[in-house]
Amino acid sequence: MSEYAIQMLGITKTFPGIVANDNVDLIVKKNEVHAILGENGAGKSTLMSVLFGAYSADAGKILINGKEVKITDPNVATSLGIGMVHQHFKLVHNYTVTENIVLGREPRNRFGILSLGAAEKKVKDLSERYGLYVDPKAIIDDITVGQQQRVEILKTLYSDSDIIILDEPTAVLTPQEIDELMEIILKLKSEGKTIVLITHKLKEIKAVADRCTVLRRGKYIDCIDITPETSEQQLASLMVGRPVKFEIEKSTCKPGKKVLEIKDITVKDAIGVEKVKDLSLDVHAGEIVGIAGVDGNGQTELLYALSGLSPIEKGQILLNGEDITKCSIRERVEKGLGHIPEDRQKHGLIAGFTVAENTVLKDFYTPKYTGKMGVLDYDAITKNSDMLIEQFDIRSGQGSITPCGALSGGNQQKVIVAREISLSPDVLLVAQPTRGLDVGAIEYIRKRIVAERDKGRAILLVSFELDEIMNLCDRIAAISKGSIVGMFNEGEKTASEIGLMMAGVKSKEDK
Amino acid sequence: MSKKEKQPFIDWFLDSNGATSVAVVILGFLAGIVLLLCIGKNPVGLFTAIKQSIIGKAAKGGGWNFRNVGETLAFSIPYILCGLSMGFAARVGLFNIGAEGQYTMGMLAAHIVAVCIPAFPGQWMLCVLAALVVGAIWGGVVGILKAKYKVSEVVATIMLNYIALYLYPLVCLNMLPQGTFNKTGRTADLASTALLDNFLIKSSNLNIGFFLMLIAVVVYWFIMEKTRLGFSLRATGFNKDAARCSGINDTKAISLSMAISGAFAGLAGACVILGLVRYSKILTSQDNYGFMGIAVALVGNSRALGIFLAGLLFGILKQAYSIMQGMGIPKEVVTVIEGLIVIFIALRSGLSLVKDYRAKAKVRKEVSK
Repeated sequence: MSEYAIQMLGITKTFPGIVANDNVDLIVKKNEVHAILGENGAGKSTLMSVLFGAYSADAGKILINGKEVKITDPNVATSLGIGMVHQHFKLVHNYTVTENIVLGREPRNRFGILSLGAAEKKVKDLSERYGLYVDPKAIIDDITVGQQQRVEILKTLYSDSDIIILDEPTAVLTPQEIDELMEIILKLKSEGKTIVLITHKLKEIKAVADRCTVLRRGKYIDCIDITPETSEQQLASLMVGRPVKFEIEKSTCKPGKKVLEIKDITVKDAIGVEKVKDLSLDVHAGEIVGIAGVDGNGQTELLYALSGLSPIEKGQILLNGEDITKCSIRERVEKGLGHIPEDRQKHGLIAGFTVAENTVLKDFYTPKYTGKMGVLDYDAITKNSDMLIEQFDIRSGQGSITPCGALSGGNQQKVIVAREISLSPDVLLVAQPTRGLDVGAIEYIRKRIVAERDKGRAILLVSFELDEIMNLCDRIAAISKGSIVGMFNEGEKTASEIGLMMAGVKSKEDK
Repeated sequence: MSKKEKQPFIDWFLDSNGATSVAVVILGFLAGIVLLLCIGKNPVGLFTAIKQSIIGKAAKGGGWNFRNVGETLAFSIPYILCGLSMGFAARVGLFNIGAEGQYTMGMLAAHIVAVCIPAFPGQWMLCVLAALVVGAIWGGVVGILKAKYKVSEVVATIMLNYIALYLYPLVCLNMLPQGTFNKTGRTADLASTALLDNFLIKSSNLNIGFFLMLIAVVVYWFIMEKTRLGFSLRATGFNKDAARCSGINDTKAISLSMAISGAFAGLAGACVILGLVRYSKILTSQDNYGFMGIAVALVGNSRALGIFLAGLLFGILKQAYSIMQGMGIPKEVVTVIEGLIVIFIALRSGLSLVKDYRAKAKVRKEVSK
């Protein structure tokens, strides 16, 4: 038998306009935890999709346990003993844990009728053996995200996979759940499984990985052994290709007057579920208030309500002491509310419009850009965007007339940030400002946000990355199930304390 | 050598909507030629007819008959206006297949004003105004339903098309002064001051509606490309959510665009009854100008100039249709060509596949280097 579980040699995969994988090698030894490290867009997920049979490579070969194989679709991968836990779970929400696990290979008795008894027992055995505690009869909707992930892992174990691929497994977990997952990974390893862990979080690699393959812009960079001496700095500079500063330098916070007041608001989502309950929060001029929480705890709805995208059930929103609860979106913008939305493709910009048009999306109708008879002054619009392109270092093929859809994610985000900042709002709502961006753009956008704070703007930041919140914010509010469960100043609490609050456990001092 | 020069042409072609539209039209004609050859007819006749529709002269030695040119231009008036109607809504992300109904209502409004009000000089202006307003209401209602209550504009406009079609005879037969008995299927005569005067080629139906149409094309271009209203409409069309998030009132944008769209179609209705039909005909079946407007807008890619040219083309084909009847060539060929052009246009999205493939091939080449 071969010493290697997976050998992917010279894999090249192209998509229109980009080379996602350029002659990439991945060699995973048997029974090791092998991390694949790279920024967003480095080609990690593509490489794994090739391994799992979702894409076919343009060039290169794959050997599993020393034998060359052609993986044409995911079923082939499964039969080769490869299991994959996707970043976005593929579970049927109103089915039980066991039903989800056996989906597609339902056990039947001799009359051809579904019989789950044996399957339930097997699931129970597996979960005990690997420390993946879930109730086999629980409905998916009733269990936590962490438990749902365990169900996904159980799925791969149920089909006797020896190689388990985990794609960004910690993106949706609280810090405690992340710790538990690390334990599970080590347990799986001790039971003889081979684990491939895709991530861009360095802590996790340090915690569990034996070796680490680094990808950058679709290219193989290096494969290193992870020893206790390996530093996060070292991994980061391999990933980015230059030394990285983790901490944002910022001066001490000098909060001014109260600018944004949220008083006991309740917000329902599209299907009528109360997602925000009696939430109150103040933001002062010159400070960044962060909302820390796991995705889906009301952050999105809170921002929709503040920006005016959806109405609120009860409560009040005050901007500079003025009630804006009933104001239209445009009125709010005019009164000084800026918004960098969570979903930049859907809400942030118009892909079919040029960079110039997108930079004036919120004030094109003002006398600055509109002359007599409502005729737009395209010269003024272009001048404005030329200036912003220069100022915010927006890289676009043809400058102001480039359609925004042709820009990279980071540059699209820069267009949005440029637009919002150029309107000099009193309050800036910022949601997930760095999601999916490369490290360079992340650094830049974070710096810009801090610069806005120093100019005396009030900033409300929502992010699912606790590191980002802890790094940027002057005050942090932990949110859980639509309510603020804790509020404290920068540096007062550790990440794990905040994590507990995010999971809904109130801190002792508060009680 | 020649290959190197060819590459950019293909890329230019794939990127240019105008070029693909022209190619599609040529393709439609080629298919028409093949069809004629298959049934054993000489395809030259098709082009003689088309030539006659454009310049008025059939062949060497044949007489000049400018009437044909006039008719071609006259027919293109409703085609272009209905194309504008469809195109205006399409730019805002709406599928207005109700141009037919809006056209019918505009026609009815012009008819009523032309019959019920005692003749006075310049009456046609009032007729046209009435058609614009009623067309705008007929379209605007759909817009409000769509924007406020999320009623599909497709379903609503189809229904309103039928309502308009049956409302026409209902109103004419029951509410308008009737004509004399030997003129069944008519109401009392249209006031002569309500008709759109002929000009230039007096023997044809070419009328001053042509200028109204030209104004409409310019207005379309001006609103869409130049004004802040057009900006918010286009923004809504590209991405409703982002437009809303930026403070653009999408409810207003959708309602207004359907109203303006309806006004274009209403104007088409007025131009047809006051300029082409010219008598108090009671409409009993759909004229199809509204539906052809969909094809015109598609071929013209919803741009003002594109719609203008595409509308002219459909006007030419319509006139060629009648000429071919007199030449013994099956006139249905024209309808087939029109249909094929629309299908080929719909296949335009397939071009993006070609684009993707080419981009991929290029990248692959660079990689293998």
